Amino acid sequence: MNWRQIFTVYRKELRDSLRDKRTLFSMIAFPALIMPAMMIGSILFSMKVVKSAQAELPTVMVIGGENGLALNEALTKSPKLKIVPTTADYARKISEKSVRAAVEIPAGFDAAIAGSNPSAIKIYNYNGELRSGFATGIIERIVDDYRESVVRAKLSERNLPAALVKPFETQRANVAPPEKVGGNALGGIIPYFFIFLSFLGAMYPAIDLTAGEKERGTMETILCSPVGRVELVLGKFFTVLTASLTTMFVSITSLGVSALILVSLMGSGAAKTAARSGAANGALMLDPMGLLAVVVMVIPLAVLFSALLFAIALFAKSHKEAQTYVSPLMIAIIMPAVAAMMPGMDLNAKLALVPIMNVSLVSKEMLTGSFPLGSMSLIFLSSCIYALIALAVAVRMFKRESVIFRS
Amino acid sequence: MIEARNLSKTFSDKKRGEIWAVKDVSFRVQPGQIYGLLGANGAGKTTTLRLLATLLTPTRGTATVAGFDVVARPHDVRTQVGFLAASTALYGRLTARETIAYFGELNGLSKATIVERTAKLSRDLDMDEFLDRRVEKFSTGMKQKVSIARTLIHDPAVMIFDEPTLGLDVLAARTIVRFIRECRARGKTVIYSTHVMSEVEKLCDVIGIVHGGMLRAEGTLTQLREQYRQTDMEEIFVSAVGGEDETAAKENSEPSPNGKAAR
Repeated sequence: MNWRQIFTVYRKELRDSLRDKRTLFSMIAFPALIMPAMMIGSILFSMKVVKSAQAELPTVMVIGGENGLALNEALTKSPKLKIVPTTADYARKISEKSVRAAVEIPAGFDAAIAGSNPSAIKIYNYNGELRSGFATGIIERIVDDYRESVVRAKLSERNLPAALVKPFETQRANVAPPEKVGGNALGGIIPYFFIFLSFLGAMYPAIDLTAGEKERGTMETILCSPVGRVELVLGKFFTVLTASLTTMFVSITSLGVSALILVSLMGSGAAKTAARSGAANGALMLDPMGLLAVVVMVIPLAVLFSALLFAIALFAKSHKEAQTYVSPLMIAIIMPAVAAMMPGMDLNAKLALVPIMNVSLVSKEMLTGSFPLGSMSLIFLSSCIYALIALAVAVRMFKRESVIFRS
Repeated sequence: MIEARNLSKTFSDKKRGEIWAVKDVSFRVQPGQIYGLLGANGAGKTTTLRLLATLLTPTRGTATVAGFDVVARPHDVRTQVGFLAASTALYGRLTARETIAYFGELNGLSKATIVERTAKLSRDLDMDEFLDRRVEKFSTGMKQKVSIARTLIHDPAVMIFDEPTLGLDVLAARTIVRFIRECRARGKTVIYSTHVMSEVEKLCDVIGIVHGGMLRAEGTLTQLREQYRQTDMEEIFVSAVGGEDETAAKENSEPSPNGKAAR
């Protein structure tokens, strides 16, 4: 192995790639600017939507208000609702979103309460619609309060203590350390992000250095020079790997910075409470050791992707053809990474050998502060083996005349 | 020196099975000599030259290039060969100087040697003006000069040219022809392929006529004229490959234009 030649090829390919705007875009501009912009933008936008929905006074209809006078009064008097005159087409109006919800008080409701007979209040809403959901929540609280007041009145009629309504309270208290909470919230998405970006970063240079060379006619030029085939593959491969890792590191940095910006933005707004359990806060509370461990775990994956993309793109004659082959591979990469995000998916001995998914799963663990050393080394080792196999395939492909001079 | 001995190469084709792109080709080229491979498209010229440049491995037979066997020591062969083809393009995003230096480094030359040789080549080829500009903006003629400098940086003993004038305008083609003559003058072994009859007449010391992957005739221009009792190169060529009908029939059954690819 001639390391001087490998380095010569690597340096030339890197220089060549860095002069290519498309490589710079996929390697630096996309992860550094566009992704955080998209992330901050979408979070700010959804916060704005929620805020304006909360600020709106929901319009509500009361059907059969005369059946339950006291409840009707409670609803009408609530400053949180805007009661509008009832019409027969309330269902259509809810669907059209001109009315958020409607409450139906059944006939004989007051009488039923007086006689302690069961009856039911119906709330018509637009299931899944944010504003209708808010209106429903407000109505439910008013109805609950009214029910409680009815029970209290009945208890006092019978000279029983009011505490009987609520014999005990329930309280929630979080005991998990903050990084665990953050890790759980982001445990799935962060490794997925890194895996996807290390793939994306390798994709364009892998195609450009193989199929791109064939297309531009420089492959034959380099092959007739005295550079060894293995040296040439390795020099090119290290360039692809550099691009992959750069993309990943740039994205980590930009994500960290944008999370800081996000928190400072939210900290000043009224949405502080919402932010407390939000993603950005979680990201800040992530265990740095866990994050570092994820990066280490993704490195052999980056090697695997670089070699795999290299071998596949090498077979193609042109950029276009290479992209056709690479696109399905992207789905094959995303699927196992996403599968690990699903709730209830936990690491076991079998899954520890499934490439990509194993890294995604163990990352989830590591980000919540637990480091299963046995699984970690098994996964790291197996990822390395897969990566080496892919690299060996790439070298073999490069030595085949039918691949290099394919027409 | 180049010596090909029963050099043969087969490609497999899905429809027609195994195809002999080059079959039992033997010839010898001495230093200071230009050997011209003349043939129609798909005759096996490119494959023969790619075998000599070790881009492809022969199926049968072998060749010795500058004292090294192409099968046993392909790497050593490449250090002695300068290969220039219509299909050997340059890296557009590198400057002319960077391109020349890259190939110098791959040939194991020291930095000082590269600097010195680049300066000389640039002077000889009149490249000083655009030496530090990126190749992508160059005219065809400028690119040709960079390609020539690229093939000469390691001062190879053997030069292989595969249809180097293909697609070039008259002036750029003349640069190449002049350059090939200079190679001969410096005592290099030169092999050259073309389908242009006039180029062969002007340039070659020995002419080999290839057809259907086989060497059909060989000799100096005078020898070929005597053998076929014709003065016109085109007539000699047609006679050598067995008449126009035969040529047309052969061409229709050829594996691919130029035999440019192994499939």
